[in-house]
Amino acid sequence: MLDFPLWKKLSIWGLTLAASLLALPSLFNVAGLDWPAALPSPQVNLGLDLAGGSHLLLEAKADDVRAQRLDNMEETVRQLMRNAKPRIRIGDVSTGDGKLSFILENAADIDRARGLIEPVMQGQTTTREWDLTVVDGQRVVLAQTDAGVDQAIDDAMDSATEVVRRRIDELGTREPTIIRQGATRIVVQVPGLQDPQALKSLLGQTAQLEFKLVDLNALPENVQAGIAPAGSQIFPFAPGTPSEGQSLAVRRLGGIRGESLTGAQAGVDPQNNQSVVNITFDAQGGAKFAKLTTENIGKPFAIILDGKVLSAPNIETAIIGGRAQISGSFTPESANQLAIALRSGALPVPLEVVEERTVGPDLGADSIRKGLLAMAIGSFAVIALMIATYGRFGIYATIALVCNVLMLLGLMALGGFTLTLPGIAGFVITIGAAVDANVLINERIREERIRGRKVIAAVETGYKEAGRAIYDANATNFISGVALFAFGSGPVKGFAVVLVIGLFTSVFTGVTLTRLLVAGWLRKTRPNDIQI
Amino acid sequence: MKLLKLVPDNTNIKFLKLRIPFFVLSLVLIFGSWAAVLVNGLNFGVDFAGGQEVRMTFQSRETAPIPSLRELVGGLGYGDPVVQEFGAPNQVSIRVALPAGTENTPGAATAIGDKVIAAIATEYPDARKDGNDTVSGKVAGEFRNSAILALVLAMAAVSLYIWVRFEWQFGVGAMFALVHDVSITLGLFALTQMEFSLQIVAAILAIIGYSLNDTVVVYDRIRENLKKFRKMPLAELLDLSVNETLSRTVMTSLSLFVALIPLLIFGPASLFGMVAAITVGLFIGTYSSVYMAGPLLIWMGVTSNSFVPQDNAADRQDKIARGEA
Repeated sequence: MLDFPLWKKLSIWGLTLAASLLALPSLFNVAGLDWPAALPSPQVNLGLDLAGGSHLLLEAKADDVRAQRLDNMEETVRQLMRNAKPRIRIGDVSTGDGKLSFILENAADIDRARGLIEPVMQGQTTTREWDLTVVDGQRVVLAQTDAGVDQAIDDAMDSATEVVRRRIDELGTREPTIIRQGATRIVVQVPGLQDPQALKSLLGQTAQLEFKLVDLNALPENVQAGIAPAGSQIFPFAPGTPSEGQSLAVRRLGGIRGESLTGAQAGVDPQNNQSVVNITFDAQGGAKFAKLTTENIGKPFAIILDGKVLSAPNIETAIIGGRAQISGSFTPESANQLAIALRSGALPVPLEVVEERTVGPDLGADSIRKGLLAMAIGSFAVIALMIATYGRFGIYATIALVCNVLMLLGLMALGGFTLTLPGIAGFVITIGAAVDANVLINERIREERIRGRKVIAAVETGYKEAGRAIYDANATNFISGVALFAFGSGPVKGFAVVLVIGLFTSVFTGVTLTRLLVAGWLRKTRPNDIQI
Repeated sequence: MKLLKLVPDNTNIKFLKLRIPFFVLSLVLIFGSWAAVLVNGLNFGVDFAGGQEVRMTFQSRETAPIPSLRELVGGLGYGDPVVQEFGAPNQVSIRVALPAGTENTPGAATAIGDKVIAAIATEYPDARKDGNDTVSGKVAGEFRNSAILALVLAMAAVSLYIWVRFEWQFGVGAMFALVHDVSITLGLFALTQMEFSLQIVAAILAIIGYSLNDTVVVYDRIRENLKKFRKMPLAELLDLSVNETLSRTVMTSLSLFVALIPLLIFGPASLFGMVAAITVGLFIGTYSSVYMAGPLLIWMGVTSNSFVPQDNAADRQDKIARGEA
């Protein structure tokens, strides 16, 4: 009991000091002092509920990914069949129920068709993305496999996360955290952002820009009734445009998508002083755009943003420079926002805000102040109780308690963990519960003394016998702490982190450290009696 | 210096003499809590019900205009809001539940939140938005499921641990003690209609860990005494164990109490519910470790033989250390 080899002494004190020192930068920060810049400064991060800021959880509409893939497949298949030599004629194309299905006019083409389609059924990975079945020898059905859809959603989410990051960077906010979560979600945390309105509307905009030819053969009454002619689609005009409330039929295929943009700037049209967005295509997009406009001079084409028609001007001349101007009853702000959205690229899948939490900086600062005050009062009360009850042993428990709080803070800083509002409650619980180990030990020593054991034997038995209960009690705490960690998000996770790290530091300081202190004292004084 | 002694040495209180009335009381409390939860329901916050909650400070007023806020937000057509003081008299929290039928519309909650905040900002220019939470129906549903799962798994895992470390009777006793503690905490929330949020579930999970501390300490002493006093009737042995650990129980409960009370009184308003739940839960836990976990051991027939076959190397060393072998 009394013999602590030097290496053990050194490592216990070394560990205590090292972990406690790590807490200093955070303490300096709370006290408003400057930590010398030359020294390493691991800091406890403050959660958004303490520092203020916005947390947004975005969810992708996964169904849109399915539909989009199906459309792309249809276009690919039509092109393959058209370009085949000799051409393979197909008919009765439909894309219901997540499947693409069509009939070969000549059943003898089946092997050729299969040979052309099979290479595009495979994705970049080894996953089979489509299932091809032939019904009645003539109808080809292409069904999306689950693996293929999952892969597509995964890809879409990866690039959506990137687009979200670019858009937030464009807003000039500092240190945003953008993380993919689960299959279809993205977490966005922006410290210091008080009003997430602009951010939300920017992220809510898919910015899927399309140019499609207007279907001039569609009967106006059918279009207004929402009945699309074969090969066409109906889109409503965007709110705020002169034709708001009406719809337009456009050719479904053969348009251009906005992903081939290299730039977008808000500007003003000098002729009518209206806000516009000037866009620039990349080489490939520019060429496609030039072809589209050259072949269709005099015909109207629709500029469609996120499924709403912005305008449908006539193509007056071929546009071959790769530059175009979009007008659509913009305000300067909405033009600017659209330019940002287009610059940062379209979201491959629409996102919706499913959870939003914002905390103002005043509330956060107020919480920290009140939490620290309560923690200080609580600590003093616990210390007073310990010293009044256990005297010298209470002082050892107090030293352990102080080291415990410092080590806990230091380890959190080292691990880069986040302190949240419930985390402050975790600190208080740790302070209140940490002394349990000392209480168990001291009570046991007292008992053993009453039973007549000598001082050193009583202390030794106290540490030994209490150790078992301390171990078991902390193990149950650990289990519930793990459940907490797994369950919680954000603030609750911060609570779990404090509790779990606090268990380890409590046992270390409450048992190991006090044992060292007590042993040192006993060896020096060899008392015949102790007050406990 | 004379040291403080809260519990005299060698107490001999016959706790378990009253085990039947207290056990009945515990059962009444458990079933009463369930009834309260079923009848009153829990006052789910936005975390679990979906919808939006905004906290505001009216900077140029002494007290917040609560009745007119109720009218203003109620007039937006999303049903009656819950408007209450939160923190200081000029601070409020305004909660609007998700209207029926919008549980599966992800954007509904955000849209409501934006409208409520805009309406208040127009009507009261001095209102400062301190924070808001908006949760869609889908996310709220996931929170509900994961909360139930976490509670059940944590209780099962902890009981399993006790079973492994002690005996199956002890595991069952711990399980009942946990059901008791969790039920009564839930019952209190149903009765007081305090807001039930993610933080409260976190508090209950913490209670699951900490309320068992007492049970573990008493069990540990029972195990020790079972090996020591092989002839003692079990009820007497339980009383002895509870009495021997009594001053520890009082000290630990007291130290947690003095640490938590300042947080309850001076701490941030948004922690009140959580800290209240933990404080109450810990005291219920102390009670249950004596009157729930103990008597069950008697009725499940724990005897001093329960531990003999498990007399492993560590136990033998214990005995040698005590000079019994």
